[in-house]
Amino acid sequence: MTRTPRPRQRVPLALLLPAGLGLLFLVLPLVGLLAGTPWSTLPRRLAQPGVLTALRLSLETATLAMLLCVALGIPLAWLLARVRFPGRRLIRALVTVPLVLPPVVGGVALLLVFGRRGLLGSWLDATFGVTLPFTTAGVVLAEAFVAMPFLVIAVEGALRGADPRYEEAAATLGAGRWTTFTHVTLPLVAPGVAAGAVLCWARALGEFGATITFAGNYPGRTQTMPLAVYLALETDLQAAIVLSLILLTVSVAILAGLRDRWVSAP
Amino acid sequence: MTLRWIRAALAGVAALALSLTGCGGDEPTAQDGGGRVTVFAAASLTESFTTLGRDFEAAHPGTTVVFNFAGSSALATQITQGAPADVFAAASPATMKTVTDAGDAAGAPVTLVRNQLVIAVPKGNPHRIAGLADLARPGVKVALCAEQVPCGAAAKMALEAAAVKLTPATLEQDVKGALAKVKLGEVDAALVYRTDVRAAAAELDAVEFPESTRAVNDYPIVVLKRADNPAGARAFVDYVRSAAGRTVLTAAGFQAPPDQ
Repeated sequence: MTRTPRPRQRVPLALLLPAGLGLLFLVLPLVGLLAGTPWSTLPRRLAQPGVLTALRLSLETATLAMLLCVALGIPLAWLLARVRFPGRRLIRALVTVPLVLPPVVGGVALLLVFGRRGLLGSWLDATFGVTLPFTTAGVVLAEAFVAMPFLVIAVEGALRGADPRYEEAAATLGAGRWTTFTHVTLPLVAPGVAAGAVLCWARALGEFGATITFAGNYPGRTQTMPLAVYLALETDLQAAIVLSLILLTVSVAILAGLRDRWVSAP
Repeated sequence: MTLRWIRAALAGVAALALSLTGCGGDEPTAQDGGGRVTVFAAASLTESFTTLGRDFEAAHPGTTVVFNFAGSSALATQITQGAPADVFAAASPATMKTVTDAGDAAGAPVTLVRNQLVIAVPKGNPHRIAGLADLARPGVKVALCAEQVPCGAAAKMALEAAAVKLTPATLEQDVKGALAKVKLGEVDAALVYRTDVRAAAAELDAVEFPESTRAVNDYPIVVLKRADNPAGARAFVDYVRSAAGRTVLTAAGFQAPPDQ
């Protein structure tokens, strides 16, 4: 990559056109949502009791799921990017399974493992009396399952792009692998971690299929915003639009707020 | 040079769009008109309507029946938003009403069948559940449908009629979701339709309860106003309401509507 500034060029039409189409394609549904919003009844709908409960549950569970993904996903990404071991390509492919799996199937798979009769769930139930389905912890688990690949892929990409010479320099100066990881590698890939965490949080926030399959739907306990939206859609399209709009506004506001902080970071 | 790229890009986009619409097998467009009937039907009609569709095609050579099975409310939304359908069969009069209110029905809907709730329990009924009151016992996990969908509205009426108050483990988005939770052993019982348990008779038993007569669901069917194939649509509705159609539907566990 050369650092010489490139002369100003006209943006080629062959790029501008598909870029514009792409943007339009992503933004038009949002326009449709705004056009369909019943603005006059908005305040009344906002004040309905279930809305804030579902919103709070959504934000809490998505944040917890993101933290879980960060705690487990960064080490996993590091392993995939920095350690050579047999079967690495297979593991890398396995990490993306939740991405291609229909979320509802993911929910069934979680039930088969963590459910009351599941591989681990039956043991958890018998030993500790803990059952995860139909609990808030179950929601976090379902969201983390679906969202983790976003973090792992983003962080692994950042790690592979990071110059390994810094780590080698740290090692020659006597730093152990753990110290190198915490003092050199992590700061180096911080923007990648942030991007991955944002993707992960956003995916967790919008999660529907795995959540309703694994954790069920009960107001205040497992009914997150996407579930509330889906059920509202059954009877009242406008209520569903309002709920979607709230979720959208809050998440965009949070992301925009955080972004300002991160963009100034190196 | 640039122009060629644009043309190639546009051709690519067009090809992609075409292939995508071509792949959407669930919602075909009835452009050819010639003998295709598109039926939007409630999820609980899946098994019986699939059979009836085959029988109808055999009785009307050259006619194809295409189904879109989903929750009634989702189907009603699709229809009022302009989805191409000839016939709509809903699992409740309330969902049918959203379609008739929007002016999308040709004529008045008729009641095709009725469905009644039962308690679905794992084979052998390990928790010895005999009626609605047993569902409120401590330690019994229950799945209900959410009130917004027909099976949930019926469950609420039945529980109120029995004066039973219970906290379900989950309020499912549709009847098949509640059914799946029993099949997987995550709950001990669920309130579902008799037809659902009959379709899963290998894994589940049905416990009948008297209050279910207080929460009977009528299934209305109607030909839609924007039908591409109105003649075919009417023929299909006539067929499912005929004696032959009735036989298939009652075998699936549906009841005949009164005075029809």
